[in-house]
Amino acid sequence: MSAPLLAVENVGRRFGGFVALADVTAQFEPGKVTSIIGPNGAGKSTFFNVLSGVLTPSSGSIRFKGMDLVGTRQHRFVHLGIARSYQITNIFPELSVHENVRVAAQAGRSRYNIWTNRNRFRELSERADAALDSVGLAAKRDETAKFLAHGQQRALEIAIALISDPEVLLLDEPTAGMGPEETKEMVALLEKLARERTILLVEHKMKMILGLSDRILVLHHGRLIADGSPRDIQTDPEVRRVYLGQNDGYA
Amino acid sequence: MTTKSVPLATPVVPAKRPSSNLIATITSWRVLLSIAILCLLPWVLPSKALAVNVLIYGVLAMGYNLLFGYTGLLSFGHAAFFGAGAYITGIAIGQFGVPWYGAVLLGVVGGGVLAFVIGGLSIRTRGIYFSMVTLALAQLVYHVGLQASSWTGGENGLRGFTVAKIDLFGVSINFLDPVNKYYILMVFAALALWFVSRVLNSPFGAAIEAIRENETRARACGYDVERTKLLSFVLSGLICALAGTMSALHLAFVPLDVLHYQTSGMIVMMTLLGGASSFFGPFVGAFAFLLMEDVFSLWTSHWQIIVGSIFILFVLFLPKGIWGTFLAKVIR
Repeated sequence: MSAPLLAVENVGRRFGGFVALADVTAQFEPGKVTSIIGPNGAGKSTFFNVLSGVLTPSSGSIRFKGMDLVGTRQHRFVHLGIARSYQITNIFPELSVHENVRVAAQAGRSRYNIWTNRNRFRELSERADAALDSVGLAAKRDETAKFLAHGQQRALEIAIALISDPEVLLLDEPTAGMGPEETKEMVALLEKLARERTILLVEHKMKMILGLSDRILVLHHGRLIADGSPRDIQTDPEVRRVYLGQNDGYA
Repeated sequence: MTTKSVPLATPVVPAKRPSSNLIATITSWRVLLSIAILCLLPWVLPSKALAVNVLIYGVLAMGYNLLFGYTGLLSFGHAAFFGAGAYITGIAIGQFGVPWYGAVLLGVVGGGVLAFVIGGLSIRTRGIYFSMVTLALAQLVYHVGLQASSWTGGENGLRGFTVAKIDLFGVSINFLDPVNKYYILMVFAALALWFVSRVLNSPFGAAIEAIRENETRARACGYDVERTKLLSFVLSGLICALAGTMSALHLAFVPLDVLHYQTSGMIVMMTLLGGASSFFGPFVGAFAFLLMEDVFSLWTSHWQIIVGSIFILFVLFLPKGIWGTFLAKVIR
């Protein structure tokens, strides 16, 4: 077993009296795809928000390459190597598709330059084009982002997250709201990404999760109730009871 | 399962839009085009006084537009920076005998420092709270202007700092002549146009637009949203303070009204009328507002009712303003 890239220890998060996440401990090895599943309200989104700096955990520690991340401001995460996508499409709607990715690339090097023409940074523009190409959006480069189809917007968001060349990619329901065709294309894209990066994935589509994941974590009422290979999870009686049993539709 | 990548988008040849070239040309020449239009203004408009006011309030609205139109922050307190620029210039000339160029510099820097303080305090809040905090802090500045009457002249305004001639590089120009005055103030406006255009073209310009579009995503991309907003606030304050110094030099008088919240409201109206987030829109908006004021105040002392009604119609039906709608509809 290689050293964990990301280690979460006894992490909890409460909102007032409500415990959204309790005592979660898990390690993530480089190059693996880990899915996080659980019924609605299980704490998946809270877990992602804690891992990407949107929320500070109420307790516990998060270590990334040995570095303590608790208290680090959110915008620093992407510079350290952790990037994310959102459950609800989160792009820059009025900007062109290319500018959406270019401006994300720019965050890595010139954030406060008020004097140089932005077109002078050719490398950023080229990297943006390469990222668009890798998610199949090269032809849509000059369109305004809000006019893209839903599936294309999801792909654009992945390009935005990828441009920082993150070591860890957090994907919150990348196929949310997609039809079967779009889902198939997204799965193909994720399979390609999975060969290069450490991916944490929140998803509801069980077939897709079982096909993609090296490992699955199951959350229920904010607690980690199972952690294992897709095969282990499928046969885990506790998981079947709280999750699969009540929702046959997912399988 | 296949491991080949499947494009999520079917490649489609983008539709040709020939007019987008025209927009691009206008954009790349926007500073010189704007300066050319402003140069003609005194000869086109009915009075030189109106032309000077378009210049001053155009710069003011342009500074505001950097924050409102491009960064997406609705401040109701920008009268504070306009007023700070005006008062500091007037006090520096009248009470300390500072030469005009030094006074302008002090006014601009002073406005920038005030913007740093007000921005630093207000940017912690969002949405309506941000607007209210800027309004409250600007009211604080108004009351300083009112109470510190030994410095500011209080309710009577600040007088006694007439700049009669401008000496530069051995040339002495009569600043009381309206044409000379216009073109000297025009130099300041040209510098402001050039500066704002560079800022908008810079990586920082892209960052503030990203924040306006989607603050959450911008932060997740690695932008320090608060710091970027603060820098935008300060740059905006600098330009508005420059407009204040221009106003002080022009009138040789600073009325207490420059700090009043009605001035803040007027700045918002001018920017929206002309077209927020368009480069030249603020000048068009300043012109439209001042023209309406001139025309309607001849008919009735309640001209604000008419201007206000027109403003509401604009917000409802032409949210891009005069210039923004023109660019979007007529050219495209």
